[in-house]
Amino acid sequence: MAEILKYEHVDITYNGFKAVKDVSFTVSEGEILGIVGESGSGKSTLIKAAMGLLGPAGLVTRGDIWYKGKNLPDLSENEIRKLNGPELGMIFQSAGSSFCPIRTVGAQLYESMTEHEQISKAEFRARALELLRKIGFENGQRILDAYPFELSGGMQQRVGIAAAMLLNPSVLMADEPTSALDVSVQKQVVEEMLLVRKSFGTTIVLVTHNIGVIGAMADKVLVMKNGETVEYGETKQVLNNAKEEYTRTLMSAVPKLRRT
Amino acid sequence: MEQPILKVDNLTKIFTRKGQPDFAAVDHISFDLMPGECLGLIGESGSGKSTTVNMITRLLDPTEGKIVLDGDDITGISGRELRKVYAKMQMVFQTPTDSFDPRCTLGDGIGESLRNNGRSRAETKAEVARLLEQCGLTAEFASRYPHQVSGGQCQRAAIARALAVGPKLLICDEATSALDVTIQKEIIALLNELRRNHGSELSILFICHDIALVQQFCDRVLVMYKGRIVEKGKPDDVIRNPRNDYTKRLIESIL
Repeated sequence: MAEILKYEHVDITYNGFKAVKDVSFTVSEGEILGIVGESGSGKSTLIKAAMGLLGPAGLVTRGDIWYKGKNLPDLSENEIRKLNGPELGMIFQSAGSSFCPIRTVGAQLYESMTEHEQISKAEFRARALELLRKIGFENGQRILDAYPFELSGGMQQRVGIAAAMLLNPSVLMADEPTSALDVSVQKQVVEEMLLVRKSFGTTIVLVTHNIGVIGAMADKVLVMKNGETVEYGETKQVLNNAKEEYTRTLMSAVPKLRRT
Repeated sequence: MEQPILKVDNLTKIFTRKGQPDFAAVDHISFDLMPGECLGLIGESGSGKSTTVNMITRLLDPTEGKIVLDGDDITGISGRELRKVYAKMQMVFQTPTDSFDPRCTLGDGIGESLRNNGRSRAETKAEVARLLEQCGLTAEFASRYPHQVSGGQCQRAAIARALAVGPKLLICDEATSALDVTIQKEIIALLNELRRNHGSELSILFICHDIALVQQFCDRVLVMYKGRIVEKGKPDDVIRNPRNDYTKRLIESIL
């Protein structure tokens, strides 16, 4: 499969502090890459760099992030705005708080769509309802007319996924999409993201500290520690047969359920 | 028969709101915690775990029911009597850094209860050093501020603080949920060591939403759902043969 996203020797610095050091990896079309690591290991910084969300203090100081022949850190604000949404979608950790609390979900989703394409309200509603149905909402109409706080945490997170999916991006960046959720809701969200890949062939970069989620979703895993790559490889090999001492420590620290 | 360290009888909390039906956050729950035992309490967000703990620790007044700590009914007491209760019962909270006063050093926080109980400054200092070392830190951590230490170190200090008064009951409300798995493992190892050293002198009520962790750490588990205890027993038995639909769903959801 063709490469869609490529990090080459990337260094990222916040006010002189190197948060990411010499990280390289490639993601192919339709692949799910999981990035794991402890707090402060630089895993979120990696995907924020691709989205141009590092903020005024953050800077990619070395290396390139290639997306379809474009080097993302070199793009202007305007070009990044055009890409973010229809090409690169993002799901945030607390999707509920990434919505505006005083406007309905429908109004906000409509706004994000008109930003990128010409679309009538009726057409938007049809597309939104179809998508909401696909990701497991029985009554999509109710969701569109609701305010974000009227939905439960799990529903908000799924609406966050819908918001990112509505523009049908080729790459979906998910920053801890399930960390704030209960296990039963977590499972729903994981299944919906897998469904998204199956139906649209979307590439997903998944940042999480939950190794269970990685095991259930990712094709490849990148393990990070203190901004550096510890291990990078096929999920099965890394989870069951890690080469590095640190990865093994990380795996052995995860409480496992004994069912037998 | 041995007397339970904590006995909760028909405990209920009903929240009332204007114009809306009453909401029973905790609905007539009863359980015992025996000396030296570690009891896990699991359930999803909104199942009433924290409300239960808040009532046991008397941070919230129950609507109905009785709480008996070490043979004394502590349900309605207040003031001086209530303060005495905290010599027997101590808490470890979810976010370690927020549970310390940011303007005081960790040593101040840990030693506060000792000073309040009439220990001299020098005695307190020595005891704080001993407590920190017991919890896997060095004595010099006493002079650090909460923001100067990592989350795991801060949680160790919080455990040291809880142990300062020599409590019989330690209540850990999601004490490891905010920590990385590697740090979580260390904290669990520390709690296990404390249990070994204290024997039946220390009981733990462990609130958690991670059923796998409860299986590793607890002797017995209670599953809460919508304010009720829907299942109880040994973690292995509950996980192998869940009888309640909710418990089944919870176990199936584990990835």
